[in-house]
Amino acid sequence: MTGELGYAGAHHMPPTASERPAIEFVDVSYVAPGGQPVLSGLNLSARGGEMLILLGRSGSGKTTALKLVNRLLLPSAGEVRVNGVPNSQGDVIRLRRSIGYVIQDVGLFPHFTVERNIALVPTIEGWSPERIRLRFSELLQMVGLDAAMASRYPHQLSGGQRQRVGVARALAADPGILLMDEPFGALDPLTRAELQQEFLALQQRLCKTVVFVTHDLREALRLGSRIALLEAGRLVTVLAPKDFLRSNDPLVSAYVKAFGDGPEQIGNRGTE
Amino acid sequence: MNFFHFIWQNHAQVLELTLEHLWLVGWSTLFAIVIGIPLGILIARHPGSSKPVLTVANIIQTIPSLALFGFLLPVPWLGDRADRLAILALTLYALLPVIRNTYTGIRGVDPAVVEAGRGMGLTDSQLLFQVQLPLALSVILSGVRVAIVISVGLATIAAAIGAGGLGEFIFRGLAMVNNQLILAGAIPAAILALLADFSVGWLERRLQPR
Repeated sequence: MTGELGYAGAHHMPPTASERPAIEFVDVSYVAPGGQPVLSGLNLSARGGEMLILLGRSGSGKTTALKLVNRLLLPSAGEVRVNGVPNSQGDVIRLRRSIGYVIQDVGLFPHFTVERNIALVPTIEGWSPERIRLRFSELLQMVGLDAAMASRYPHQLSGGQRQRVGVARALAADPGILLMDEPFGALDPLTRAELQQEFLALQQRLCKTVVFVTHDLREALRLGSRIALLEAGRLVTVLAPKDFLRSNDPLVSAYVKAFGDGPEQIGNRGTE
Repeated sequence: MNFFHFIWQNHAQVLELTLEHLWLVGWSTLFAIVIGIPLGILIARHPGSSKPVLTVANIIQTIPSLALFGFLLPVPWLGDRADRLAILALTLYALLPVIRNTYTGIRGVDPAVVEAGRGMGLTDSQLLFQVQLPLALSVILSGVRVAIVISVGLATIAAAIGAGGLGEFIFRGLAMVNNQLILAGAIPAAILALLADFSVGWLERRLQPR
C-alpha cells in the first residue's frame, strides 16, 4: 500500500483498463430523507484503472451516486460493491481511507498548512514521520506544486493551487480509487484545461480507478474512458467518448446539442 | 479627590471584596464552560435537541437575578452557604452564551470542510477535535467572553443574599445614600468586566486559526 508499490504496479499494468470492476452499483436506489427519489435502479460499474465520468445536469443524482461509494450516503435499495465486496460490509472508516475523495469546494482544512492537509490520512494512519515526509515530497512533485508551498495556508493559495493540494491529499495514502466531484468546476477556463490535462496524465500513469462527476460535456469528453449519462436519477447510457457524440439517443444528443457547438469543435480524449 | 481618598483608606476591604467577586465569577465561569461546551457540542450533533436545550437556557436567562437568588435560598445544601448559591445562579446565567456560541460555532464550520473530512475517513472524534472545535474556537471564546462579562455584573447582586463581592459596597451605599460607597463597588466591578473582556479577547486573537 505504499507509494512505491503503487508505482511498481502501474508499470506492470497494461495502460488500458482491466476488466475486473473496481466499483459496481447493483440495482441501487436512493430516496432522500424528504421522500423524493434521487436515484432509481442504477446498474453501473467502473473497471479497474478507468476514468468513469458521471455526466448529468444538476439534480440528476450524479453526486449522490458518488457519495454512495464511500458511504457518505447509504442506498435505500440495492448495493454498492467496492473491489467486489459490498461496501456495507466492514468498517466505514477503513473503506473511506482506502478511497480518495476530492470535491469542488476542495474542503481543505483552513487551519492546517498545505503539508498537514496533504499528510492528514497518512498521519492518522500512523505512518512514520520519515515515510510521511518522503510521500509528501513525492506528492508535491506529482501534482506540480512547489516545495515552498508546504508551510502555506489554504487561503494563501490560488484556486488552481488549492485544487492541486486537494488532489495530492486524496492521493496521499495511495488509494486505488478516487472519487471526484466537479473538482475543476470553480476554476477559470485556462487553469481548468491545464489541470485537466495534468490530471489525465497522472491518472494514466498511476492507473487509478477514478469516478469523476461533472456537468461539463467538454470535460467529460476530454477525460473520460467512458461516460455515463444520468438524467433524473436514471442511467441513460454508458458510452465511450467517441460514441457519445455519434449517439442517436435523444437524451444524449439533447445534451450534446445543449453545449452549442457541433461535435467537431468539442475536444476528444487523446486528440487534444 | 474624595472618592480616591475613600478607596485608599479602605483599600484592604476593596481588595477583599474584589477577590470575593472574582471567586464567584471564576467558579461560575468554569462550571459554565465545563457544562456548556459539551452541551453545545451535543446539540450541534443532534440538531433535534438544540431547540429544547436553547429554549430552557433562554428562559433561565429571563428570570430576574434577585428572584433566582431568592428561589434558591431554601434549597438544602445550597442554602447553607451564600456563595455556593450565588455560584450556581451565576453558572445558570452564564450557560446560555456558552451553549449558544458552541452550537453556532460548530454548525458554522464550512460544510465542505466537514464533508471532506468525513469522506477522507476521519472518525467522529477526530473530526470534532481536529476540525470542528479548532475552527469554532473563536466563536466559542466570544461566548465565554460574554458569559464572564454578564457574571461580573450579576455577581454584584449576589451581595443581596450575603454572598459577598463588590455588591456589598453598592448595597451598603444604597442603604446609606452614600454615592462614594456605591462607586467603590461599581467602578472596580466595571474595571473587572473590562479586564476580563480584554484578556479573553486577546486569547481569542492568539488562538485564531490561520
